Amino acid sequence: MSILVDKKTRVVVQGITGKEGSFHTRGMLDYGTKVVAGVTPGKGGTKHLGVPVFNSLEEAVAETGANTSAVFVPPPFAADAVCEAAEAGIRLIACITEGIPLKDMLLTVREVTRRGARMIGPNCPGLISPGKAKVGIMPGPIHRPGKVGVVSRSGTLTYEVVHQLSERKIGQSTCIGIGGDPIIGTSFVDCLWMFEEDGGTEAIVMIGEIGGSAEEEAAAFIKKHVSKPVFAFVAGRTAPPGKRMGHAGAIIAQGVGGWPEKRAALEAAGVEVVENPARIGDAVAARLKPKRKPAAQKKTVKKGKKKR
Amino acid sequence: MKIHEYQAKEFLGENGIAVPKGQAISSATDARSIARDLGGAVVVKAQVLAGGRGKAGGIKLASTPKKAAEAARTILGSRLSTYQSGGTGYEVATVLVEEQVPIARELYLAVTTDRATACETVIASAAGGMDIEEIAAKDPKAILRETVMPGAGLWPYQIRKLAANLKLEREPARALGALLARLLACYRELDCDLLEINPLAVTTDGRLVALDAKMNIEDNALYRQPRIRDLADDAGEDPVEAEAARIGVSYVGMDGNIGCVVNGAGLAMTTMDILHLLGGEAANFLDVGGSADAERIAGALKLILTDPSVKVIFINIFGGILRCDIFARGLLEAVRQSGANVPLVVRLIGTNQEEGKRILNSSRLSFTVDDDLESAAARAVAIAGGNA
Repeated sequence: MSILVDKKTRVVVQGITGKEGSFHTRGMLDYGTKVVAGVTPGKGGTKHLGVPVFNSLEEAVAETGANTSAVFVPPPFAADAVCEAAEAGIRLIACITEGIPLKDMLLTVREVTRRGARMIGPNCPGLISPGKAKVGIMPGPIHRPGKVGVVSRSGTLTYEVVHQLSERKIGQSTCIGIGGDPIIGTSFVDCLWMFEEDGGTEAIVMIGEIGGSAEEEAAAFIKKHVSKPVFAFVAGRTAPPGKRMGHAGAIIAQGVGGWPEKRAALEAAGVEVVENPARIGDAVAARLKPKRKPAAQKKTVKKGKKKR
Repeated sequence: MKIHEYQAKEFLGENGIAVPKGQAISSATDARSIARDLGGAVVVKAQVLAGGRGKAGGIKLASTPKKAAEAARTILGSRLSTYQSGGTGYEVATVLVEEQVPIARELYLAVTTDRATACETVIASAAGGMDIEEIAAKDPKAILRETVMPGAGLWPYQIRKLAANLKLEREPARALGALLARLLACYRELDCDLLEINPLAVTTDGRLVALDAKMNIEDNALYRQPRIRDLADDAGEDPVEAEAARIGVSYVGMDGNIGCVVNGAGLAMTTMDILHLLGGEAANFLDVGGSADAERIAGALKLILTDPSVKVIFINIFGGILRCDIFARGLLEAVRQSGANVPLVVRLIGTNQEEGKRILNSSRLSFTVDDDLESAAARAVAIAGGNA
């Protein structure tokens, strides 16, 4: 199983005729994702990459039954696109666009919630349930279907971690990039909750970074509500305070958001915090794939029991 | 983007917030006449984009026009090094000459956007004049936060709570509500991510006057803030970081000797972390972004090479959208263009990695190519430490 996206996912791409939209629509189609519609105001009635294009989300949803959207429109129009999708009844909106003003997102996150929808991002790679559907920009082939849920604030760092897992034959149920901005639609806590509930997820890898308090909030949630093993890596241990490290969200300011505090909070919640970023795959493998040697037999039995 | 105090005060004034009368000047001789116009006793304030100016000698009281001119002469053209400005400090090109305000008390007031609640938040403290970090360290309870309801402003009960906590008398308490409404309007209209008034003076006659103003405008919103964009001041900017912004990479200088070229901010931080873990130190954070072409990679290499302490460059690229073969070709071209003369350790992985490695290995330029993150990083550390 998986969370949020699967074989039933029917994607509408907002901004499908743009450069980014075109490129990644092709990537999603190549992965086997059902991209059923595209929206570019003024280009309705045409086809792009074999996908029907509509003028509005309302039309796209009515004609194609789209239930998920991927937003590639430029920053000045992104908040509008997200709100339009929520209004049209889209339940899951992956907002890939980078560089949206903070103020626009303050109102957008509320509007999306009010409509009962969920936004992933903005400024994120999207999400993928390997072998089922990819809604976003991550390289499909590095993923492998399996039972580890991955949630991350980063892009290429997520690919790095997924690569390490897949190389060790550890597959993923769903991988979600929640985005590097200070205001985002879906938090670590939301994803941890869904992974905890998902019967197809056996362990969770969480990739955080310095700045904000999302990792601390996740730690508090894990302590109370998560029974599955959680592994974490927090990037930015060597980042100096007051300097923005690329992401708008990655800045240690006013004594919050530092690495030691995040590590301490996560460890106190029973999370295995991996210090060496090259060994995240190994850490997961060591706990999930005990070797069938006599000494490790107890664990093998335990694992079999868990599977039921 | 940060703007100067005098510029921020202009915006505050336009929004009906009381600021001291004054004028920004760049010549000491002007200070005299302005001080005379302002009634003689003035404050002369260095205009640099860093806090802590008072302690660094960038703010001087002058009791007469003559002394104002002397103060301006001392400050203008000097290099001001504050605890926030870093090593070399900023050269002062402008001073603000302002009337002296009769201060009874100094408060702290700021608006920012809180990530956890996704709301604008007002932060206030009766302990004004100090750094907010300093107040927080001394007495966290002295800081009050009020969340602003989206689409609305502060409720009257929140304003009463703030006024009570700031121990305001009746007149200034009444003024506080109007001041906060104007401050929030200004914050929203200008797409700020921080608007700080520290100190906010309660004058002896019960008025609230913004003695200082720190205004940061969110970079993502600059496209719709033409007035702010026009104020861009390169003077205080690190020239290397400014050049990085021009070529479209994000760069932060660090103290180590291993130059880094990475795609993605998270992976770039992680690369610095693993170097540290293995006993080395990065010379920089550098994210080339998702579409690194030869020109951009060359620009990045040149930037790194401006730092004379760099002994080796570690290139860590995870090919996703960016294909490894394209990056490899770009890198060869970039090395030729930039004339890089330090060893390069390359870790190139992901989409089309085999082709990428083949391109690097078959070139006449010498690279250390390694797939494994840890051993590649270890190699860079060894070279930087002179052990390879």
